[in-house]
Amino acid sequence: MSRHAELGLTDSEYERIVALMGREPNGVELAMFSLMWSEHCGYKHSRKLLETLPTDGPRVVMGPGENAGAVDVGGGLACAFKVESHNHPSAVEPFQGAATGVGGILRDVFAVGARPIAVLDSLRFGEPGESARSRYLLDRAVAGIGHYGNSIGVATVGGEIYFESAYEQNCLVNAMCLGLIETEKLIRSAAAGVGNVVVLFGARTGRDGIGGASVLASAELGEEDSGKRPTVQIGDPFEEAKLLECSLELLDRELLVALQDLGAAGLTSSSAEMAAKGGVGLDVDVATVPLREAGMEPFEIMISESQERMLCVAEPERVQDVLDVCAKWEVNATPIGVVTGTGRLRVLAGGDVVGDLPVGALVDECPAYDLEPAPPTRALYPAPERALEDDADPDETLLALLGSANLASRRPVFEQYDCIVGSRTARRPEQADAAVLTLGSDGNGARRPALAVSIDGNGRRAAVDPYRGAVEAVLECSANLACVGAEPLGLTNCLNFGNPEKPHIAWQLSRAVAGLGDACRALGIPVVGGNVSLYNEGGGGPILPTPVVGIVGQLPDAARAGRIGFAHEGDAVGLIAASGWAPALAGSELAKLRGAAPAGELPAADLGELRALHAAVRQAVRSGALRSVHDVAEGGLAVALAECCVAGGLGAEVTVDTTEEALFGEGPGAFVVTGARDAFAAFGAAAAVIGIVGGDELRIAGALSLAVSRLADVHAGGLSALLDQA
Amino acid sequence: MRFGVIQFPGSCDERDALAAASRVGDAVLLWHRDHDLQGVDAVIVPGGFSYGDYLRAGALARFSPIMVEVERFARHGGLVLGICNGFQVLCEAGLLSGALLPNTSLRFVCRQVLLDVVNPATSWTRACERGDRLSIPAKHQTGRYWAPEPVLDELEANGQVVLRYATGNGFNGSARDIAGVSNHAGNVVGLMPHPEHAVDPLTGSADGLALFESAALVAA
Repeated sequence: MSRHAELGLTDSEYERIVALMGREPNGVELAMFSLMWSEHCGYKHSRKLLETLPTDGPRVVMGPGENAGAVDVGGGLACAFKVESHNHPSAVEPFQGAATGVGGILRDVFAVGARPIAVLDSLRFGEPGESARSRYLLDRAVAGIGHYGNSIGVATVGGEIYFESAYEQNCLVNAMCLGLIETEKLIRSAAAGVGNVVVLFGARTGRDGIGGASVLASAELGEEDSGKRPTVQIGDPFEEAKLLECSLELLDRELLVALQDLGAAGLTSSSAEMAAKGGVGLDVDVATVPLREAGMEPFEIMISESQERMLCVAEPERVQDVLDVCAKWEVNATPIGVVTGTGRLRVLAGGDVVGDLPVGALVDECPAYDLEPAPPTRALYPAPERALEDDADPDETLLALLGSANLASRRPVFEQYDCIVGSRTARRPEQADAAVLTLGSDGNGARRPALAVSIDGNGRRAAVDPYRGAVEAVLECSANLACVGAEPLGLTNCLNFGNPEKPHIAWQLSRAVAGLGDACRALGIPVVGGNVSLYNEGGGGPILPTPVVGIVGQLPDAARAGRIGFAHEGDAVGLIAASGWAPALAGSELAKLRGAAPAGELPAADLGELRALHAAVRQAVRSGALRSVHDVAEGGLAVALAECCVAGGLGAEVTVDTTEEALFGEGPGAFVVTGARDAFAAFGAAAAVIGIVGGDELRIAGALSLAVSRLADVHAGGLSALLDQA
Repeated sequence: MRFGVIQFPGSCDERDALAAASRVGDAVLLWHRDHDLQGVDAVIVPGGFSYGDYLRAGALARFSPIMVEVERFARHGGLVLGICNGFQVLCEAGLLSGALLPNTSLRFVCRQVLLDVVNPATSWTRACERGDRLSIPAKHQTGRYWAPEPVLDELEANGQVVLRYATGNGFNGSARDIAGVSNHAGNVVGLMPHPEHAVDPLTGSADGLALFESAALVAA
């Protein structure tokens, strides 16, 4: 195998590099190209699709392309946020893989100057009931997320977990972070000012994570992946805690020209991207980089993915101040280079030039491929094992759904996360459909508007129909925000798919991005950043196509944010539904329990009507007219009603259509609300009073009757039983 | 009333403690490397993971320069409150009896808990009444209070058991459901739950304010 092929470059890519360089690259240069032109850094197979997403909006202050996107949240403040994947590292070593996933997304956010205030996680594993490995991955990934997020003192306020056999070999760990910053202090990563000094600060550079972006993140997982453990980075949240405070103090004292975190491809990508954005060159001397072990080769230093490192540019007269701040925080800091006007990234080792590359070739000339999408000609995903008979009665069906791994309470997981540090969390997990964060008071003592955030995606529904599945992910997230009274400001996404060089995966990816774009345009939500994770395939085939979206929204008053739980005996129960709401069993949790493969047709969504419906729910919540609000999602109306009962510790008696589609079918466009009987008038024809809150049973006339305590037990036990076996 | 909140590298809750204390008085951050308590009336050793909790929770922070001053301050009757990691630090420093061990579940747990006020006579609980029940969140992996049986008996006899998890609320396996203890004089108190995160009903509860108000009563 040729050297470039071992590093993951094709022959034609290698030829392109030679043409751009005007000569054969040496080993250092080739290693750097292999990472910058990897899928993970170069977005070779997704760039053209991503360019179709809407990115403009009145509140956008920083769009895609920077370390994180940002939206204006009023009062001179911006919220920076982004979601990123750490899938392959987590499949190989779940604790460190998930921990460093959190560490990486935190750095992306504080690299723009924002103080991280919240983390959310979207996780996917194989079937925990069948697979000891999946239980192990779940247990260790959750522990890793908690270890990092808890230790650094950033609240983990939300997330989601789903289990499907298609994730058995290739679990997904997507982490999202939000940060706050005064808008005028947002810092970009463009290096500028010939003669300015490049300072590397944070942890020492070691041999961990060598080639992570190309070897792990941009290739399918195979049998020998335990041998790839050395490519997984090791996280140290204490180092990151110091790095965070140090970076924010450097920015606060206005000592920096530019700041960039070291993530995938380490020093190579951070220096190349800073230079490319500033239209300048950089000289970097690897001999000055503090190392964990002696004898590291220049190429290793340039591509190491050792964690907890940052790169900054400062004017020469400020360098001593920079070093002093770093010393205060006990953070290593070393000038390692200078900004030049050459447009070249030169790698020096003492006096020797060991690499000399045009920055543009590294960053901007990475080829962008057209996909060759074709719908799959056969079913891609096998049917799951049957867990429920078709003739099970509604009681049994509801209990089976509520206790299933996908719908059971996430308490055993989220209790392992600190959800309150920062004293901002006004709605904690399971209290409401979205997390709500208060932002304190402004300079005049007036309470600022609050933020809400949710992260959503459903691979099984995207497997049935990648376009509608992606649309539904945006709708679900928007609906969750509506339930707390929040208006969406911006969206970040993580596109988790299989190998895009295969036509059927290319088709899934293209359709999903089309759906994402259409939904965002229709709902008026700009995309401010995101991440793509491709090649998620193990021996068992591709993962379910999994577009995950995170939306940040705003509400005027956190005290009025909606809650899930039924709150008051005698309240009317209302069903707020779009006229086209047509829940169906295709792709539903019930279909899964019955052993159906993801197939069929998802209900269409009238995006214009749903936008108006979400706005109406939002307004009703803001007015304080509703005592509880919950959107109807996985498991359908019956599960939504049960969740409201369990969260509030109160029963209800309702009369609804009792077909199984009406009770357990899924499709976007419905909410369960409670309040005074006249509280639903504002919804007009969209509202129907379906019952009354009270008692200690959930009774659905003509269908089922179950004690709330039984519902609560089944809901509480579904996941904890599995975790305890891990 | 002027509170000082110590900031170690790896502290997480120092800003929240500062904000909570600011509701009843002035509050300043104290840097771990300093030897100057800036004339504060009360010191709060906050939660977090000082020095990454490496070696053992609180074991390294206990040797920070500022702790020399905190120990002197405490032994002269100064008010000191250790919250979570701060409780661990005060135990490591010998200002409080006992030790905090890993939770019996060996997992980190974050949960709102109910605490019973056992002794309302300490400097940090005198705004409470005996038997008051406080809703305050706890979040830790190393919060199982432990001391030898004779020491526990002595603490109980002296009224040094200040706060207990209400029945059914203890999750970490603490001896005798102890959530917080004081020194013999009652000026130094440590607890695992986080009163600084319970100062506003909007974020869950305002019951934690009582501890800060208690200290302000002492100073007044």
